[in-house]
Amino acid sequence: MGKDIREDIAWAQINKDVLKSLENPKKLYWVILLIAIAMVGVAVGCEIYQYQTGMGVSNKSNSHVWSLYIATFIFWIGMSHSGTLLSAILHLMHADWRKPIYRFAEAMTTFSLMTAGLFVLVHLGRLWMVYYVMPYPNERWVWPNFQSPLVWDMFAIATYLSSSVIFLYVGMIPDLAICRDNIHAGWRKKLYTVLSLGWEGTDRQWRNFRITYLTIACFLIPLAVSVHSIVASDFAMSNMPGWHVTSFPPYFVAGALYSGCAAIITLFVILRYVFKFEEYMTLPIMRKLVRLTFAIAMVWTYLNLIEFSSVWYGHDQTAKDQLIFKATGPYAPYFWAMIFFGSILPLLLAFKRFQTHLPLLFVVSILLNVGMWLERWMIIGPSFAHGHYPWTWDHDQWPSLVQWGIVFGSFGWFTLLFMVFCKVFPSVSMYEVKEMVYHRTLALKNKPAVKGEH
Amino acid sequence: MSQRHLLALFNDFDEAVAAISELRAANIKGFDFDDLILKSPIEHPEVETVLGDRPIKVQWFTLAGACMGGLLAFTLVASAQANFFSQIKAGKPIVPLPPDFVLTYEMFILGGVFITILGFLICAGLPAKRSPLYSAKVSEDQIGILVKGDEAAVTAFKAIFTKHKALEIQEEAGK
Repeated sequence: MGKDIREDIAWAQINKDVLKSLENPKKLYWVILLIAIAMVGVAVGCEIYQYQTGMGVSNKSNSHVWSLYIATFIFWIGMSHSGTLLSAILHLMHADWRKPIYRFAEAMTTFSLMTAGLFVLVHLGRLWMVYYVMPYPNERWVWPNFQSPLVWDMFAIATYLSSSVIFLYVGMIPDLAICRDNIHAGWRKKLYTVLSLGWEGTDRQWRNFRITYLTIACFLIPLAVSVHSIVASDFAMSNMPGWHVTSFPPYFVAGALYSGCAAIITLFVILRYVFKFEEYMTLPIMRKLVRLTFAIAMVWTYLNLIEFSSVWYGHDQTAKDQLIFKATGPYAPYFWAMIFFGSILPLLLAFKRFQTHLPLLFVVSILLNVGMWLERWMIIGPSFAHGHYPWTWDHDQWPSLVQWGIVFGSFGWFTLLFMVFCKVFPSVSMYEVKEMVYHRTLALKNKPAVKGEH
Repeated sequence: MSQRHLLALFNDFDEAVAAISELRAANIKGFDFDDLILKSPIEHPEVETVLGDRPIKVQWFTLAGACMGGLLAFTLVASAQANFFSQIKAGKPIVPLPPDFVLTYEMFILGGVFITILGFLICAGLPAKRSPLYSAKVSEDQIGILVKGDEAAVTAFKAIFTKHKALEIQEEAGK
């Protein structure tokens, strides 16, 4: 398997290549941006219509109170986890192949959390009452129930979002100093000057930077796990059939990592092409990423089987009925599509020849995320359609175009934020790529000479 | 006596390390080795070891921030729960520990992260005004050694830097 990165690549060249991405992307960049803006336009239009007309236009009902909004909320929360996996977990494990790709993965974390947050507001309906979401004791006599996982969710997501933004920013300071030193006068120069905080790369700064980065990475790992475990508790701690499963927290965490890894593959392919990052987002790195995704896909499949088995062999008849309803009722096509996209399709990733086939990986990674979105919908939709009491059953509910429009637009919103970020900030960590090159060069120097070599 | 600042730029990291070692051993009059500043484009623990033991205190901020965050969260949540008139408990524990642990844990992390950043900024001396002796090459591919010493020490500095193939030596009169 080739090298993750060339050891002979000049450091000045690394700066030049990455800085170029801030100025000259391919035309496709603008096409993607325009499509993203159009998608956001659809969502904004739908939201305005819903806001002015009322929540009824979303076609929610007493049974289907959560519907697509909360399913998509969970999808976006889940998407955020792989940024942490790549930047924090792999950082602690000294997996240096993560270095060229962790920055955009971390940005993905931040923007998917921001997108997820919007769904809480959209689901709320009455946007002017948004402060009611904040769980604080207040004079309105709306006392938060601190025993509720929904309140924990608020705390966990707010902590995760703010910590992720800080982690992304702190990790970027040395690169912002590079931008400050190389970008010509203008608003960008001013921005980088302010954001780089006067960084000069002194030993004092690096020493403290190293320990700070490590400490935040250590905090972020349990935080990321707790966030999705708490989101899983929103379901598992209720007695809704199909939700009251002990394995839900690890199942949610695995699903989150899975969808995030798939999204990283998609964005890897896009950035590599749009910003001409072939030197840094190399095929051997892609292969490692694909293998990681495959491993997580199998964990997810295993946890799915555990969930189904524990329901099937358990004594909760309602939960069993619910499982049969998912597999054979009106939701069956989506349920089986979830199984196909989530468990069968990733088997392709086990084959070496597909692990670096970028067009195929691009398509597969999108389909994996379709599967992961369906997973979230299959948790919410069928459970509300076929609950404990037959008089609450509503098998025929179908989300309105307004809901679909907002969900569709959220992908545009995420893409818009992400692409703007990649144009304004370096999406490849320059100093860490240099470190990678430096350490590999050192390793080569210290490598004992092969017999016959001089 | 007025002090002078010198910044020497090196292409070769080994030469920079050798120059630092020599500066340390040379016992130059009017030069305090602790004033030496290394400027590097990458995190470079190997080179930093030559500088000797320079303490890091960020972790103390982390400890304080995490403990304060956790304590504050538990206190606020527990005192809200203890308001019987607003939340009638009906036989349940007034301050239930397992659910409160979750919030305490989240705020423990939040406090830890926020105060770590504060500690980082304080310990790293950021934000700072960029020093006049700075080269953009340091953020690219060169390593810089910034020294401060008496007028008399400048010749010795220059000799050592030149011996170790410094690419450029910048000089500035200090206060």
